[in-house]
Amino acid sequence: MKKVEAVIRHEMLDSVRDALDKAGFHGLTISEVRGAGTQRGYTERYRGAKATIVFRPKIKLEVVVADENVDQVISMICDNATTGEVGDGKIFVVPVEDAVRIRTRQTGVDAL
Amino acid sequence: MKTLGYASIRLIKTPKIGRLRYPSWVAALLGAVLGSLLLPAIADAQELSLADIEKAVDTVWVVAAGALVFLMHLGFTILEAGFTRMKNAANICAKNMMNMAVGLIAYWAVGFPFMFGDGNTFLGYSGWFLSVNDTGAAGSFSSLDWAGLDMSAKWFFQVVFASTAATIVSGAMAERTKFLGYIFYVVALTAFIYPVVGHWVWGGGWLGDIEFMDFAGSTVVHTVGGVAAFVGAAVVGPRIGKYTNGRLNVLPGHSMTLAIAGVLVLWFGWFGFNAGSTMKAAGVDFAAIILTTNLAAAAGVMGALVLSWIIERKPDVGMLGNGALAGLVAITAGCAFVDSWAALVIGVIAGVIVVLSVLAVDRLRVDDPVGAVSVHAVCGIWGTLAVGLFATPAQTAEFGRAGLFYGGGFTQLGVQALGSVSTVAWVALTCVMVFYSIKWTLGLRVSRRDEIDGLDISEHGMWGYPESVAGSTYATSPANGGSGSS
Repeated sequence: MKKVEAVIRHEMLDSVRDALDKAGFHGLTISEVRGAGTQRGYTERYRGAKATIVFRPKIKLEVVVADENVDQVISMICDNATTGEVGDGKIFVVPVEDAVRIRTRQTGVDAL
Repeated sequence: MKTLGYASIRLIKTPKIGRLRYPSWVAALLGAVLGSLLLPAIADAQELSLADIEKAVDTVWVVAAGALVFLMHLGFTILEAGFTRMKNAANICAKNMMNMAVGLIAYWAVGFPFMFGDGNTFLGYSGWFLSVNDTGAAGSFSSLDWAGLDMSAKWFFQVVFASTAATIVSGAMAERTKFLGYIFYVVALTAFIYPVVGHWVWGGGWLGDIEFMDFAGSTVVHTVGGVAAFVGAAVVGPRIGKYTNGRLNVLPGHSMTLAIAGVLVLWFGWFGFNAGSTMKAAGVDFAAIILTTNLAAAAGVMGALVLSWIIERKPDVGMLGNGALAGLVAITAGCAFVDSWAALVIGVIAGVIVVLSVLAVDRLRVDDPVGAVSVHAVCGIWGTLAVGLFATPAQTAEFGRAGLFYGGGFTQLGVQALGSVSTVAWVALTCVMVFYSIKWTLGLRVSRRDEIDGLDISEHGMWGYPESVAGSTYATSPANGGSGSS
């Protein structure tokens, strides 16, 4: 099992979720995060004083899948989260030891 | 005179003010200035005629009512902010400031003369750049001679109406319209589009001549604003994500508290809007207008409550607010012409219409985040027609004919319909020209990137709610040596 963690733009969440949902990946966790990457912060003015916003708001989407599905999920996220501009985000893949469905106590891939 | 003498003596005898000792000539001067200010007032007080007192009472009421209408701009601001997303709140505030600032100057310069100035039946053209020192100014506005106020009071009451017509549009075009383009629209509406309709109805124009009845502006203010809102929202296009793959998506507003507070402030301001349109206080029962206004607003809430409960299976809070405003807009034309029971009927029907209309406008793929088109255009037309149905013979004796339900036949209803149709046609035509001109020159809509980031940051470089949208991500830029923000 692997956890696919994708940091994406807010406005791309709907299309990513729709694609994953259609392919049968229903279990997702998302969170509002802020971060900095290649897309640097930007400067703004607040009542005459300069302020720089370093960390931009993003969505972090986490989905745990069986090993053989990792490539498919990654390509679906890439296809649906792209604008082609700097700031589209990143994907990290992390190994997962086990999973448990609390209600039934199923473990492993069955619990997903 | 005795009072004045006593005051002067005291001033001269006690020149010590605080710790500073003033020379006695300063005190004498002060006494002289005060005296010269007080003397005419006191002299007048002994000779005030009944007409002077009547004028003073009228002026106090009309200026207070105008101030209530001004307060409606607070209502519009927080209502629109509440019904839209957090990232656009500061932009909504900025646009509402522009409605007042730009609208006020444009209406003063040319809008008021176009509307009430002496001219032909379609347009007024005298009294430009109203000056309080111009004694001839009063002679340029014979259409307002019926109100026994100073021109400054008449102007104040009218200018807050003009800005109200303009501000209706900002909600419908919220979250995607370019700030600069919006400013040019405000100039066009308050300087010309609105005053022309106003001239037709109130300024001695052709609709007034055929006894079209619109007491406080269901047509002149609300139909004008509502139709402009529809054209604006249609030309600028829907917000990103509103209609995707044939779906109607919800883009919920960020604060129902602000939205409903806005509705209640508007309701409060409407007491001035309708009851102040008497333009006098002495000898008229202006509180009777507050009665019909209140009944229609309450009935509007009830109509929207019942219908939204049936359709959506839950009493929709936003729709309750729209229902109140629908009732208020609808009663605006007839508030002085109809009986209490009719006010209830007009309001409840408006409350039902507004719910259906909000759903219908959405089906047309015209994205109106606050429901301005339904509230102001659709219910404005309904209220105008309702005068032709419910106007009583007693209340309309000096204005027009009784309504259909009072044996007046279809004549008044036909006149009302003609007024609505010609207003819709005029505003639609001119607004299509204005909004397309802006679109092809300055640009009417922000870029996709700017819209996603929110207009607060992209148009104004700041947020309405920095801590909620950007979190604690404000940091002092190394580029400006750490001295930027504090």
